[in-house]
Amino acid sequence: MKAIIASTVLGVVMMFAGLLVKDKKAVSSLAIILFIALLGVNVWDLMTTSPSEPQSFFNNMLRVNGYSLWFNTLMTGCTLLYVMLVNKDIQRVGSHVAEYYALIFFILCGSYLLSTYNNMLMLFLGIEIMSIPQYILAGSDKRNLKSSEASLKYFLMGAFSTGILMMGVTLLYGATGTFNIVGFTFLQSDFLSPMALAGIMFLMVAMAFKVSAAPLHMWTPDVYDGAPTAFTAIMATVVKASAFLAFMRLFSVSFGALSSKWMLVLSIITAATLFVGNITAVFQQSVKRMLAYSSIAQAGFMLFAILAVNSTAWEGMMLYGVAYSVATIGMFAVLLKLKDYTYDGFNGLAKKDPVLAFFTTVFLLSLAGIPLTGGFMAKYFVLLAAVQQGKIMWLVIFALFMAAISSYYYFRVIIAMYFKQGEPEFQSEVTSTDKFMMAITTIIVLLLGIFPHWILHV
Amino acid sequence: MILTLLILIPLVAGILSFLAKENGKMIALLSSVATLGVAIATSVHAGTQTISWSIPWIPRLGAQLSFYADGMSAMLCLLTAIVMPVIFITNWNKTVDRAGSFYGLMLLSQAGITGVFLAHDALLFYFFWELALIPVYFLCSSWGGEKRVAVTFKFFVYTFLGSLMMLAALIFLSSQNPGVNAYSWENIVSAGASLDPVTQQWVFVLIFVAFAIKMPIFPFHTWQPDTYEQSPTPITIILSALMVKMGLYGVIRWLIPVAPEGVALWSNTIVVLSIIGIVYASCIAIVQTDLKRLVAYSSIAHMGLMAAAAFSQTKVGMHGLMVQMFNHGINITGMWLIVSMVEQRWGTRDMTKLGGMASTAPKMAIALVIISLANIALPLTNGFIGEFMLFNGLFSSASQYHIIFMVVAGIGIILGAVYTLNMIQKTAYGDAVEMTVSKDITTNEFVGLTIIIGIILILGVYPKPLLDMTLGVVNMMIP
Repeated sequence: MKAIIASTVLGVVMMFAGLLVKDKKAVSSLAIILFIALLGVNVWDLMTTSPSEPQSFFNNMLRVNGYSLWFNTLMTGCTLLYVMLVNKDIQRVGSHVAEYYALIFFILCGSYLLSTYNNMLMLFLGIEIMSIPQYILAGSDKRNLKSSEASLKYFLMGAFSTGILMMGVTLLYGATGTFNIVGFTFLQSDFLSPMALAGIMFLMVAMAFKVSAAPLHMWTPDVYDGAPTAFTAIMATVVKASAFLAFMRLFSVSFGALSSKWMLVLSIITAATLFVGNITAVFQQSVKRMLAYSSIAQAGFMLFAILAVNSTAWEGMMLYGVAYSVATIGMFAVLLKLKDYTYDGFNGLAKKDPVLAFFTTVFLLSLAGIPLTGGFMAKYFVLLAAVQQGKIMWLVIFALFMAAISSYYYFRVIIAMYFKQGEPEFQSEVTSTDKFMMAITTIIVLLLGIFPHWILHV
Repeated sequence: MILTLLILIPLVAGILSFLAKENGKMIALLSSVATLGVAIATSVHAGTQTISWSIPWIPRLGAQLSFYADGMSAMLCLLTAIVMPVIFITNWNKTVDRAGSFYGLMLLSQAGITGVFLAHDALLFYFFWELALIPVYFLCSSWGGEKRVAVTFKFFVYTFLGSLMMLAALIFLSSQNPGVNAYSWENIVSAGASLDPVTQQWVFVLIFVAFAIKMPIFPFHTWQPDTYEQSPTPITIILSALMVKMGLYGVIRWLIPVAPEGVALWSNTIVVLSIIGIVYASCIAIVQTDLKRLVAYSSIAHMGLMAAAAFSQTKVGMHGLMVQMFNHGINITGMWLIVSMVEQRWGTRDMTKLGGMASTAPKMAIALVIISLANIALPLTNGFIGEFMLFNGLFSSASQYHIIFMVVAGIGIILGAVYTLNMIQKTAYGDAVEMTVSKDITTNEFVGLTIIIGIILILGVYPKPLLDMTLGVVNMMIP
């Protein structure tokens, strides 16, 4: 578990670098080098830990299985991609560039805890370590009222949901006398005490809030829309995927045997999330806000992995996390280049910059789940897992209907780019480095769509 | 290996064409002729024995890159390979904006369509099914008529929704027998056929929706006339001659064997829908004055007859269907070519403003008459043998309503003769209307039409090669 330590240390290094190095560009370059180093540490962890036998760390507080380390590595990779794509935009947000990077390192530290926790305290710590930097990042554009509003809203709502999480943990402790997540597996569905059941429901609500599942999604559009776009990109992707993994770890490891008790509630949450996310996204006029709703809609699909409780579901979750993150990061990187975030801002982009328009198209097709892109394979795996589970075929068909609706709002951007006249204005120049990074992102999206098993070799 | 060439040549040429900009036309023509050569070779082989090729693709799921050609697949690949060069040849003199992208997308859609006909793995089939759709979406939206964006989007959402329903069924079927070949056609078929009748019905409905939208069967046809009207002629040809066949092919290969109980339960309903479609579309075609809309509705009527025969489950009907899939593709291509020539010469597609083609452009009028007569299945044209067998099949089907089916469908054919002859009369005869571009057919159009008319006449007199080629598939389908 060198990565947890490394991410903390590198975060602190970054903070001190902010004192010593004043040049924003140099800070960014340093950050990229440190992220590469962190990725290296993750790979080292992966190499030195045998995946077949789970290992415990820190007095059994953390426990890795094959998926945890691999997930950490993939998420670090996504973050590296994100930093390389948007570092210029991060520099433009404000003057404390080094601190922003430091906060991103801390977010990753929280994410590592969430993929490996074996104890409810670690779950709590992981969620807090991941959330607090986000509250700061959301408000980092201090002169912008919307950014401050987003930060405050996120903080208040987040603190509230953390309270509910704590309540759930307490109730479960009362019912079982342990914080260890393996300890909960001894709960039996025949004699489930109301206290334990209430604890599970509290936990479900708290986690549903963190992954912005309906009806607890209200904060998402405002926060994602208000926060500086450069940071929305990471909040909507790596953070969300990590929260999902934590959700899944809890509900498949600890409460998997009790699935009959929570399956119906979670099915309804999933249906509501798909419905609200997709239908509301149709009516948005701003692409940034549309992406916020689309992230809710995509969360609906990721919830299938939790519902399914089988091994395909784990693979589906990994694939979904990566495929969705990569495409969304790419989409935000394109959005950051434009001045006008409405659909009209995309008018005529294909004429002005056909290459950029092509990349955007691939990202959008991936989000819509068209074959040959990672998004399709990700949806495929989670739905396959759900079908294998066998009880929620109606929800699968409902989800596919919703996927057809989602093509409406994603294709609106494509229609604007290719078939409408206009002269899109760029906020900053699209350099060849940007294009190169976007090309890599596009290639990753396509490879995930053709050879999804390449990232599933655990 | 020869099968991968059929897909790879257009795929690679398509990508090259994007880069080649204005020279895309040349690449398109050369590659499509090369593909035609390969397709002919494939057809010659596949007439006697099946060809297959496969390598592992996603081992975790049990999906394989697996291609397979029997008589039916080879015939449809051949149809695709004939239609594409004809489109490129007749379109040669027209200037297209952004020619590189136009021809690139055309070739990519060719790769997708060929892939659909060859895929022997459910996941791969689904991939190609969508891969054929995306380029066509961009083609129609970029180069179509005034209302193109909205109309094409309706088409896209419609077909995408259908394919997603099919996807649900395919996921369900593949998870029945997981393993290294979970997605192979054999496995999907055995998984489907071993389900209980109620589940099979569900599977049937989910898959059927996808194919019914694509064909299209009444009442799923509403996207079709608008899309055909708004698309530029080359795309209309791809849509009506080739993509529509994807729906029929899907029914024959991926629906009837997969859910036999579902077919048994639903076949009467679907035959009724198809026959309603024939009569309904023919009636609407009679009152159309726009040539493109007329041909679009006539295409719905023809597809209705083919769909009815597919679900009537008789040997002769199935055999007729195979032949008619090929013939309809050829005839409708010819119809669209003529319509586009008329539009180019007279600047309108409105039949009330046309007339006297026989005196102003006699060669074009001859072509129009021959192709239209093939379209209404006059003896000695290729349409006759196919339609005869389709009717025969409908009549001899096991359904208790078979006589009613046959009679009502027969009315559709009479109506077909009404609107087609009416069209010939209004455009070819009557008072001559001055052409805006005064020219009978040009050399490249002559070449294209000669290929089409040649096939019409040869297969009208001697359909045996086509019948022999598909006999094996029919025997396998209906023992």
